[in-house]
Amino acid sequence: MNSSAVTLQEVVENAVARHQHSLGPLLPVLHAIQETFGFIPRDAVPLVAGALNLSRAEIHGVIGFYHDYRTEPAGEHTLHLCRAEACQATGAAELELHARERLGIDFGETTPDGRFTLEPVYCLGNCACAPAIRINDDTFARVSIEKFDRLIAELESVE
Amino acid sequence: MTALKVYVPGDTTARAVGADAVAESITAGAAGRGFEIELIRNGSRGAFWLEPMVEIETANGRFAFGPVTPEDVPGLFESGFPGEADHVLAMGPVNGIDWLASQQRLTFARAGWIDPLSLDDYRATGGLKGLEQALRMSPQEIVDEVKESGLRGRGGAAFPTGIKWQTVLDQPAGQKYIVCNADEGDSGTFADRLLIESDPYQLIEGMVIAGLAVGADQGFIYLRSEYPRCRKMLEEVIVLAEQDGLLGDAILGSDRVFRLELRIGAGAYICGEETSLLDSLEGKRGLVRFKPPLPAIEGLMGRPTVVNNVLSLGAVSTILAEGASHYRDFGTGRSRGTLTVQLAGNIRRGGLVEIPFGATLRDLVEGYGGGTASGRPVRAIQVGGPLGAYIPATHWDVVLDYEALGAIGGMLGHGGIVVFDDTVDMAQQARFAMEFCATESCGKCTPCRVGSVRGVELIDRIVAGQERALNLQVLEDLCDTMDKGSLCAMGGLTPMPVRSALRHFRKDFGE
Repeated sequence: MNSSAVTLQEVVENAVARHQHSLGPLLPVLHAIQETFGFIPRDAVPLVAGALNLSRAEIHGVIGFYHDYRTEPAGEHTLHLCRAEACQATGAAELELHARERLGIDFGETTPDGRFTLEPVYCLGNCACAPAIRINDDTFARVSIEKFDRLIAELESVE
Repeated sequence: MTALKVYVPGDTTARAVGADAVAESITAGAAGRGFEIELIRNGSRGAFWLEPMVEIETANGRFAFGPVTPEDVPGLFESGFPGEADHVLAMGPVNGIDWLASQQRLTFARAGWIDPLSLDDYRATGGLKGLEQALRMSPQEIVDEVKESGLRGRGGAAFPTGIKWQTVLDQPAGQKYIVCNADEGDSGTFADRLLIESDPYQLIEGMVIAGLAVGADQGFIYLRSEYPRCRKMLEEVIVLAEQDGLLGDAILGSDRVFRLELRIGAGAYICGEETSLLDSLEGKRGLVRFKPPLPAIEGLMGRPTVVNNVLSLGAVSTILAEGASHYRDFGTGRSRGTLTVQLAGNIRRGGLVEIPFGATLRDLVEGYGGGTASGRPVRAIQVGGPLGAYIPATHWDVVLDYEALGAIGGMLGHGGIVVFDDTVDMAQQARFAMEFCATESCGKCTPCRVGSVRGVELIDRIVAGQERALNLQVLEDLCDTMDKGSLCAMGGLTPMPVRSALRHFRKDFGE
């Protein structure tokens, strides 16, 4: 996880080398960059454009289209709150209000200490045990306000 | 003494309700007591209300406990676990659990029984029989078998799968593709996810059969990024399938070729629409394409392409293994085979139910589902995902098939059933439908891109009592424009939940 040791140039070159012979390599290349840095650094755009023979506008267009791609670093933990119907039916709106208040941030924002980023998501496929949230790559079920606070407290207690 | 087999599901929902901690407690408990156990992370059976559901292998078959928390584990051991412990959580033999035993599992027959990573388990339970059969048949014979089965696309549009395959087969030879749409974005649905996490080889087998049928040697699975466990599962099983010869240059030792690549989406609901998905696979913004040309004629990179849902491809393995008539004999009218519904939202016994077509909505929600989790009365049921209708009590005896739901202004879609109790505000649900459309619209056509934004504003004005009669009329007109003028189902079907809320739950709009 020592991403500071690798340069953007190397990451782009590696990702392009791995995917350039695939059909439509742009999304896999952008995924690889984001997996390393947590976002797509601005300077990556001309590098990817040059390597894949695309215009910078095309790359910007793709980054802007998909909700997953970030152009700013995320916090240490990304919390995805499901806002879709099955979770609405089990109290997602109240949970959403509480989460914003508890963390003091809105969707798309990161706490000042850089610990948490809050994002909306529309379905995690956990709809039989709603409401659901995802913290990094783990999904949690039946997230009451108390359970939410417990999960946040656990993450906060880890230094 | 051979190790006792203990099964703890490892799918997303089982983990989300604590299966990993249960597995750890069992491993530690067994070690502390000197039991030699083999812990298997099977996929869930889809009885999510019983998860984490722990099973043991006994002389009389599998025996279940559920739902088990880590705190329950010491007590289980004290009661005789890993034997048939007499414990309050003991469910008895798995085959005796009525919620599961009363289902007709075809596509999900293996889910929960096998180790999803094990090709040996897959083979031992009838896996690859369909592919072996297909390897002995001509492409036209395979397509005919699928046509004969009556299978209709399980993604939501219900287009006959065999006809789609025929169109691709009829195109001149050359590069063709099989694309699996695993961008299961509808709220209230998790069947694709469950199949991938519980029985992934079935999907791979179905894709290889599709390749043989239409003459395609390359497949892609387009998986949504919101399913990280599916990603891990597919990454692993594709490698295992290549090592085993299920994928690659010599399918099961034949001279047939099929390669499979996993692609991950980037958080766009619209990419579940097949042409948007194809643009995304090509590395572009996921914009919806005009049809025609159909993807079957000009699909991925302009080449003939089969785009099928996970469940459709899964069903193909069964159809080839057991024969078209076996599959077709389940169901009613033009809805053949089995119906996979997902009970979700405010429901007591949520999960996946696979039964022949013909049951009513009430059978599902009250029978299998047991009513709401909150214990309050059910008020509205949304069937078919975020673009499906909200169905009021007067229609709960509707039979869940494509035609009957259409007749009451709804749709079956991908089989999601989301239950709401009497605290729901239906004006807010209608507003959300428009808001969701505004968030997820690809932006290509105006009725969807602009209409959804105007729709949110209109509903806000109506609820606030501003020129109600006039704004209700404008909202009706707007729904009409979106319905008739949108390029795809996103804008075209967003009016469905809105209109159903207006029609059946008018008083929530301030009347």
